[in-house]
Amino acid sequence: MAKIQSLHDAVAENIHDGDSVAFEGFTHLIPHAAAHEVIRQGRKDLTVIRMTPDMIYDQLIGMGCVKKLIFSFAGNPGVGLLRRLRDAVENGWPHPIEIEEHSHAAMANAYEAGASGLPCAIFRGYRGAELTRVNPNIRFIRCPFTGEELAAVPALRPDVTVIHAQRADRKGNVLLEGIVGVQKEAVLAARRAIVTVEEIVDDLASRSPNACILPSWTVTSVAKVPGGAHPSYVQGVYPRDNAAYIEWDRIASDRDSFLTWMAQNVTTVSPDVFAGRVAPLKTKGAA
Amino acid sequence: MTSFTPTEMMTIAAARALRNDDVCFVGIGAPSAACNLARLTHAPDITLIYESGTIGTAPNVLPLSIGDGELCETALCTVSVPEMFRYWLQGGRITIGFLGGAQIDRFGNLNTTVVGSYEKPKVRLPGGGGAPEIAISCREIFITMKQSNRGFVEKLDFVTSLGHGKGGSDRADHGVTTKGPTRLITDLAIWQPDAETKEFTVTSLHPGVTRDMVADTVGWKARFAAEVGETPAPTQEELEVLRDLHARTKAAHGGGSDA
Repeated sequence: MAKIQSLHDAVAENIHDGDSVAFEGFTHLIPHAAAHEVIRQGRKDLTVIRMTPDMIYDQLIGMGCVKKLIFSFAGNPGVGLLRRLRDAVENGWPHPIEIEEHSHAAMANAYEAGASGLPCAIFRGYRGAELTRVNPNIRFIRCPFTGEELAAVPALRPDVTVIHAQRADRKGNVLLEGIVGVQKEAVLAARRAIVTVEEIVDDLASRSPNACILPSWTVTSVAKVPGGAHPSYVQGVYPRDNAAYIEWDRIASDRDSFLTWMAQNVTTVSPDVFAGRVAPLKTKGAA
Repeated sequence: MTSFTPTEMMTIAAARALRNDDVCFVGIGAPSAACNLARLTHAPDITLIYESGTIGTAPNVLPLSIGDGELCETALCTVSVPEMFRYWLQGGRITIGFLGGAQIDRFGNLNTTVVGSYEKPKVRLPGGGGAPEIAISCREIFITMKQSNRGFVEKLDFVTSLGHGKGGSDRADHGVTTKGPTRLITDLAIWQPDAETKEFTVTSLHPGVTRDMVADTVGWKARFAAEVGETPAPTQEELEVLRDLHARTKAAHGGGSDA
């Protein structure tokens, strides 16, 4: 049964130095507030996992929280490259990081294998692609029935998965709507899961019996953080703050401006500020 | 003739290559502009799929990212990302995949991973994302890229996704049964693979473009087909629809990318 608690306590109880942590989200529902709390609490030596690491991974890496990154596409969507990640990979600042690189299909399949309790994922992939040369976790096996050679990657089983969602009920059942990405699989693959939500309600009020719901007993902690996905978006609640993503490119371009921004916007504030960040977006219209 | 930019010509030429019954795996940028232009002109029933999970989407403005809310709101349905890659892409239900990259070679192999060595890169690029499997699972691949000596190289720094490999039957030798890149549409020309060698060969020059302009912007010795045509100039309608789409996009994204 999920514990409903503050984001501070959810992070303090569930994420420890050296853990592997997936902050998942596919453009939509990216758990920015939770990543900021991890930075504030000063976690170190994390192995961070995500198909599409973006701004929050730039921030975690730039603040020195990360030992290793497992990923398939690292960019600032629609804007460019991740400058703090580049600085770590190209120049070792603030310290060098290990990377384990896959394709999207591999990561999606690996989460699904993790959720399914399987040791590895098998799929038709990577043929003629050079990642097989640099990532020893990409191997090939033969189908025992047809003889076809197929790619295999180890299941992803994060110590902790962190996601953001529209809402939870008071028992801690969680509802996601819109682009649901790989979040369900990432939660079910993980040993522990933290979900931040826009609101906690008496009735989830799902529109369909087939809605994407994570039952309370699959989630460890639920924390209410209105606006907690900003500048990512929450379908039906607030739109993506594209200007903030464009602005990030400038902030992250320089080590000093990055550190100044982090001091002013992350380390000296609480998760409460997220509600204020989305207030002007809500008045502009629905997501 | 109405004036147009090389990028507009590239987008319009890519859009024309799409058919009404195509099912397209759409990437952000030029592919997204081309696919939506096709939908708004000659191919109203085309099915557009974005890897974030949206199937049959019809956005009013071009998305800034692969998972914009509007893609979901206007889609026939939205599925999870694992389902997208397993049932829809790997399942062979996509006719056209659109790719681009930082580097391309004469056989349509692409690099979006690193410039320089993998271990100590000069530039760490975003990586493959969906490309390694899009390249082998879609029935055909269209590539859109602006020509430049930096991007059109003799040898890739890293092979992110397979085109025709080393040419000839190399793609099939990798166990891949799909056609691979059948068109390379640039800001200067349309290229198609030679039937035997699979080397990209210029089959059509855009209006006002010379063979020298094409040859000077690729890092290998450009080959031309026996008969090289001229790409028809954009029509008034094509230009108007494309420019309206970009204008709506710019207004919606507050000065964001309108690529």
